[in-house]
Parts: sequence; structure tokens; C-alpha cells
Amino acid sequence: MAEDLVSVLADLKENEAFKIVEDRLSAGEEPLKILDDARRAVEIVGKRFADSEYFIPDLVYSGEILKGITDMVKPKLAKAAEVKRLGKVVMGTVAGDIHDIGKDIVVFMLDVNGFEVYDLGVDVPAQKFIEKIKESGAPIVGLSGFLTLAYDSMKQTIEAMKDSGLRDKVKVMIGGGQITKEVMKYTGADAYGKDAMVGVSLAKKWTGAG
Amino acid sequence: MEKKWEEMSSDEKQEARFQKWLSPEGVEFFSPEVKQLYKERATRIKDAIQLKKLPDRVPVLLIPSFFPAFYSGLTPLEVMYDYEKANNAWKKFYMDFQPDGHFGCVAPGPGRFFDILDYKLYKYPGHGVVPEHTYQCNEGEYMKADEYDAFLQDPTHFFITTVLPRIFGTLEPFKQLPNLTTINEMYGTGITFFPYGLPDVQAAFKALLEAGSEALKWIGYFGAFEKEMPGLGFPSGQGGYTKAPYDILGDTLRGTRGIMTDIYRQPDKLIKAMDKMTPFWIQKGVAEANMNANPLIFLPLHKGADGFLSDEQYKTFYWPYLKKILLGLIDEGVVPFVWAEGGSNKRLEVIRDLPKGKTAWLFDEVDMIRAKEILGDVACVAGNMPMDLLTVGTPEQVKDYAKKLIDNCGKGGGYIMANCAFFDNVKPENVRAMVDFTKEYGIYK
Repeated sequence: MAEDLVSVLADLKENEAFKIVEDRLSAGEEPLKILDDARRAVEIVGKRFADSEYFIPDLVYSGEILKGITDMVKPKLAKAAEVKRLGKVVMGTVAGDIHDIGKDIVVFMLDVNGFEVYDLGVDVPAQKFIEKIKESGAPIVGLSGFLTLAYDSMKQTIEAMKDSGLRDKVKVMIGGGQITKEVMKYTGADAYGKDAMVGVSLAKKWTGAG
Repeated sequence: MEKKWEEMSSDEKQEARFQKWLSPEGVEFFSPEVKQLYKERATRIKDAIQLKKLPDRVPVLLIPSFFPAFYSGLTPLEVMYDYEKANNAWKKFYMDFQPDGHFGCVAPGPGRFFDILDYKLYKYPGHGVVPEHTYQCNEGEYMKADEYDAFLQDPTHFFITTVLPRIFGTLEPFKQLPNLTTINEMYGTGITFFPYGLPDVQAAFKALLEAGSEALKWIGYFGAFEKEMPGLGFPSGQGGYTKAPYDILGDTLRGTRGIMTDIYRQPDKLIKAMDKMTPFWIQKGVAEANMNANPLIFLPLHKGADGFLSDEQYKTFYWPYLKKILLGLIDEGVVPFVWAEGGSNKRLEVIRDLPKGKTAWLFDEVDMIRAKEILGDVACVAGNMPMDLLTVGTPEQVKDYAKKLIDNCGKGGGYIMANCAFFDNVKPENVRAMVDFTKEYGIYK
């Protein structure tokens, strides 16, 4: 039955997935195990996306199904899930930019791939990134931005890391609609990604998990 | 005797619209030389689009977002509220860079109009965005997943009583407005109208009248700009705009997440809603082309980009309805000037399915060599000057890229040089390099 849930969710069959979860819950199965299967399924979704078999709507929809499953399972959870994490990542859309869709997909994919993500939201001032990096000790920072005006916010955020003596302690990746290698050089980031799974690969590489 | 409009073929209609645009009525040209310049530029664009005659050179267009404001040392906030400053900044931009056309002073929009109505659909300078940044959409479900039926039954009533109250805080009382399509006998009619007497509804209408006055004031400036620019030698590259049905629903009604889940959960309703929208948006494009005596109608494409839909989803949910819009415009002799934002590499073979010489496709991210190969005998290709080069590159890099574009896409005509996306804070010297180099290198001998 575990494989059933993994495969139907990976195939994005929402109703079938919900039915299996319902059955497993009423059979008294450990809720954490169900959640772990669901997470594994979405990891497969991410792989299919990286292989160009799936596209953004598939990622978004898998997130919706996962949310539905989590809502079903949550009331039955005795304690908060203790999941072994690969590493910490601070993420946010930089100052002046409020676009969140791309950033949210990256956060979602990092999360299901085992990272602990601190999502600072949108229009995040440099200082907030600095505070979160210090507080969490995260070695990876993801800066998102859709507007070309975000180039300068990214550059300023990375400069603020330098000024706070944090730049050598973190790896910085950037992403967004108009982000290229030229922009990476301009902002002083370590890497850039054209889609969410590139972000996951970078994070895995930097934590030695890839 | 001249042929009646209804009797003309779409070819003839297009030609008639172009001729009107080539010799605009009521325009006072600055000088006979400028009049000649206008005609040369308009002809150049027309030839590049129609694929019948080789233009004298590759046309070059600049389609800015708030760059003209930054270039004049103004913030987006200032030009949103000071309409005269906006006009002056946009005029200075076109006069200084001398591209082959203008795209109106439309980006700033009337700030006070949005304030009066408590506009919630976007954050804009002074309202959730700092004065130095541009407006940005607040993604959301302004039409909920279970509201397709209400929308399909009567889209206009749905907009008035459901969408408007959500996107304009001031118009929230419109939720109470009756559906006037049920006005019938004298008996009962009085009952229908009582909501118009409610104090909060009346206050909303008063605000709406005030907002209307502000829009009228702004359109006066906007209209003056539209009238002045041809007189200074710049044909208008945009007679109005329309959109792809999938984007109409996805951008500001269902939202990105909403529409993507509708693809799986309620595909039939999504398709019905797109069908319902299509005639409204064809009519809008044609009406604006008529009103502005301009064949070029702008179509910014968003959610059909590479990756945002699978090939199959694109062919099911995006292209058929976009194609209906395009053909609806083409039938009336209107020229869709399509701006494919994001990636288009996977879409080229699909969009090829169009009549020849009727559309222009401005590309953001695409392999332009393939784009020209696949579309070259059907449509004018345009754009692709990358935003990163214009923003952080050097004039030399811009020229090198422009040379590649002209070499690869300019051959035999059918290419227009343009920026790949709306631009804000790019380097002026890079914009200048793009325009000047095209004028020098893009001449057909």
C-alpha cells in the first residue's frame, strides 16, 4: 500500500491518493509513515520535472495534493514530525520585489528533498537575510527576484553579507525570470538556477549530499 | 467606388488599416522632413510584418516600462501622479533615442485613480512598493475555484458584483447590486432598484464618478501624447491591446496556482470560461484598432511559456483559444503584435499554424535561429535583446548581440530589433548602442 500511495501521488491522481490515505489512517497506520511516503512521491515529481517529463503545473498540483494529505494526517499526529534534514537554507524574494511563485516552488522542492528552509517571504530587506543567516547558521542562501530592479537588491544583499562578515560562511544562489550568468557575476552570487530543481541540485552539492 | 468594409478580404482590410496608419489624419507634422521620416518608419515596420517587400533596413523598437522616468531622474511614483512630468519624460526618451516607433505613455497610469478606488490587485509606488520601484501584481484568486458557474452564467454581472468589489476596496458595496438583465414589467421593477439607494452603495458610486473624472483627466494627457508623437516622426506601435484567454483567467482571476490546479480538477469549466471570454477580447482589440486608426494590437503572453505548461497542455488549454483571438483580429485586418514573455522554444512549431504576413512575434527567451527557421516564412519575428545585457552589459556586448540577431534573423526581412522584456533601470548607453547599431548595420543593400 505504501508503494501505491507513492506511485498514485507521483502520477498526480489526487482522488486515489486521498482514498489510500483515508484507508491507511482508518487502519490505524502510523501517520508519519504516510507523510514520508507522500514526501517520497513528491520527490519523484521533482525528478520527473528535472527530466522534462513534468512541468510547473505538475509541481504546483503535487503541492496541492500534498497539502490535502497533510491536512488529513495532521490531526492524528501525536507530536511534530522529526525529520532528518540535509541542511538549512534561507530563502526570500529580495527588497522591492513581491513575486513569490518561483520562490515558493523552490522552497517546496527544497523542503520535500530534505532541506530545512527558512522562507522569509517577499520584499525582504538585506538586514532580514543577515539576521536569519546569523540566527539559523544556514550555510546556503537563495535570493529570488523577477524584476530587473531586483539585480541591484540582490547585489546589495550580498554586499551586506560581506559587510557582516558572513559572505565566506554561506553559498548564495539566485534565480528568477531574467537571471543569467551575467547577472550572477554582477550580483556576486556563487551560482544561479533557471528552475527549482537546479536549486535543489546546488543545495545538495553544497551540503555534500548530491 | 470603394469597396464596403464587409466585402473586403482580410488582406484588403489589413492594407486599408496600414494605409490609414501611414497617413494619419489630424496629425500636425513638425516639418516636411519629419513627415517623410514618419512615413519611412511606418513603411519599414509594415514591410517587416507583411513579408511582401524587403524593408529598407531592420526596424528598431524600444518598449520600456519605467525606463523613461529613470532616464529623466524621476521615480515611478512621480510619473504616476504627475501626468505632465510623465509625458515630458516619455517624450524626451523617444526624442533622445529615436527608435522607429513609440508605445505611448501608458506605463505610469493614473496614480490618483487607483488611490480613489483603493486598488488591491497591484502594489504600486507608495502603496506597498517604494517610490523607486514599479507596480507588481498581488497574485490571488480574485475568482474562486467554485465560481466558474456564476461567471459562465453572466460574466458582466459577475465582474460588477464579485470581481470589482475584490479588486477595488471602495467598490465593495457593489456586492449588493442587482442583475439588471431581469428588468421586465413595471410590476416589481422598483424592488430591483432599491440597492442603488443604500448609503454605502451611493458612496461607492460617488467615488466611482470621482475616479472617472481622474481617468478622464489622465486620458487627456495620454491622448495628447498619442497625438504629438506621430507629429514628431514616431508611428505608434500599439493601437491597443488584448490577451490570450488562458492568461486572462490565469493572470488576475484564478491566479497562477488556481488555474494550474483547474487544469486537473475542472478542465471543462476552464475551457468553457475561455470560450466565453474570447469574443469579448477579440472585440476589444478590433474596437481599439478602429478607435486609434492603428492596425497594431499588442498581445502580451504570460502563462503559456516554456515550462509553464506541458506541450500537451499548451495544445489543449492555451493555443486553441489564443489562435481564435489571433484569427478574430486577423479577419478584421488587425495585426496582432504578440509579445511572448518567458521561453518559447517549445512553442514555435505550434504557433506556425497561422496565415502568412499577419502577425509579429516579439520573443523574450528563444533560440532566434530556430525561431526564424520555423516561423520565418509565416510571421515577422522580433525582439530578443536580452535584459541582462542591457542592464549589466557593455555597449560592445550589446552591439555583438545585435549583430548576431541581424545576421541570423534579418536576412530577407521579417525581423524587428527590440528589447526582450519591458525595461526599467538599464544603462542608457546600452539602449543607444542597440538603436544606433541597428540603424547602421541593419540596412538592406
